[in-house]
Amino acid sequence: MDKDKDKGGENASLVSLTFRLFVSPPLFNFYNYKARRRTVTENLALIFQSLPYLLEGAVVTLGLVGGSLGLGLIIGIPMAVGQVYGNKYLATLISLYVWFFRGLPELVLLFLFYFGLFTLWGLNLTAFTAAILVLGLRSAAYQSQIFRGSIQSLGEGQMLAALSLGMKKSEAILSIILPQALRVSIPGWSNEYAIILKDSAITYAIGVMELLTRANFIATRTYKPMPIFLACAVIFIFLTYGGVKALNLLEKKVRIPGYAYGRREI
Amino acid sequence: MPKDETNEVVLKVEEIYKNYKGKEVLKGISFEVRKGEVKVIIGPSGTGKSTLLRCLNLLTVPDKGRVYLEGEEITHAKKNIHQFRQKIGMVFQDFNLFDHLTALGNVEIGLTRVKKMEREKAREKAQEELRRVGLEEQANLYPAQLSGGQKQRVSIARTLAMDPKVILFDEPTSALDPELIGEVLEVIKNLALQGMTMVLVTHEMGFARSVANEIIFMEEGKILESGPPAQLFSNPKYERTRQFLHKITELYGE
Repeated sequence: MDKDKDKGGENASLVSLTFRLFVSPPLFNFYNYKARRRTVTENLALIFQSLPYLLEGAVVTLGLVGGSLGLGLIIGIPMAVGQVYGNKYLATLISLYVWFFRGLPELVLLFLFYFGLFTLWGLNLTAFTAAILVLGLRSAAYQSQIFRGSIQSLGEGQMLAALSLGMKKSEAILSIILPQALRVSIPGWSNEYAIILKDSAITYAIGVMELLTRANFIATRTYKPMPIFLACAVIFIFLTYGGVKALNLLEKKVRIPGYAYGRREI
Repeated sequence: MPKDETNEVVLKVEEIYKNYKGKEVLKGISFEVRKGEVKVIIGPSGTGKSTLLRCLNLLTVPDKGRVYLEGEEITHAKKNIHQFRQKIGMVFQDFNLFDHLTALGNVEIGLTRVKKMEREKAREKAQEELRRVGLEEQANLYPAQLSGGQKQRVSIARTLAMDPKVILFDEPTSALDPELIGEVLEVIKNLALQGMTMVLVTHEMGFARSVANEIIFMEEGKILESGPPAQLFSNPKYERTRQFLHKITELYGE
């Protein structure tokens, strides 16, 4: 009961926040009514003016997400396969990789690679490329563990049956194991999408012109953080929602008939 | 039982040994399977029957000993082992159908991926094999939509499609409801009649008796005794064999 009340309280405060921002000034605050009303109009105008600039940033954000998720996928799948089916040296090497990229904060990785290692290796990368590389290598570590879990959730019998038909191990992995494991991975992977999307905002720190960086530019120039960051938040939430929704559809589309999906009665 | 009279040895097993974590599972198993012969391996659980079967197509690598397929040694084939496995079919206790493929897809995939057969030809052959086990109408259903007995028949069709020289059955009916066992045994029996060479591990004594040319009784990693079913059932050499047969017949019926 108490919990419910708390929840209600939270909702109420969210509602009242939006209310106070946009609705209440013109409706209830008769005191200084005109000034408040002007503020609202200005805020909305600012948001509309900044929208093209912000949306360009959203495109950059999507580029970051697409690039790093793709890179993570390309590296993550072989890593998972290597961890499950490779010899123990390969498996150890992969777990070291995972240990490194999961063990450090994203910001530390970004600084370490962008200001340190990439320069040391003589790579002259733009902030955008560097961000994709770092986020992608990091995502590979997480994705490999999603895929590893899925592969291991399949019965050992699948591999045995494939081998007994005369498939090479590599063939069995490609045509029997991965098609099943990747299906099982979609829910976990959609989580990774949502996380990467939000993590991409940290590339603000190395000056990638993504959504948050642009929002911050406008906010510092206009001294109006609230409407701008609110717009930025709304765009982020739509991007998360859209991507996750699309992955849910994909999950439904490729599901194997006869298996229980989604909500269960038991 | 009609028996192919050619005396060609299809599978020859010599002195197989296997250890699992210090425990000796197989202690020197030898036997031969001739063309058209049906060999049934029986014995209490934990005596290494399944391990033995897996050693025959090297899904488990034996520590010592040799396996020959039509005179060629496969125990040291290493990289080429998959070529030998094509010729040794295997049917598992829990079917191990590929869950993401239809019944037809399950039968087809060995043909397209391993034998590199053209898709249309493979489809035709797969349909024919499904017909052979009486499942042509279930061709487009997925494993999760089939009953246990149907699953096992699909897995037999999948093995048959590869035109194996010999098929190994690892307790093919142990995971089935009693009323579904019959349809699977029927299919296996027909294969025996058609002269398929087979090695079966089973607890279905009545079936073993009617289909086997020879029964091998295994205990604690060794072959205790072997012989034609009539002899083993009516006049076993060892008291232990009699005991086991008595108990298992009581339990599973004839």
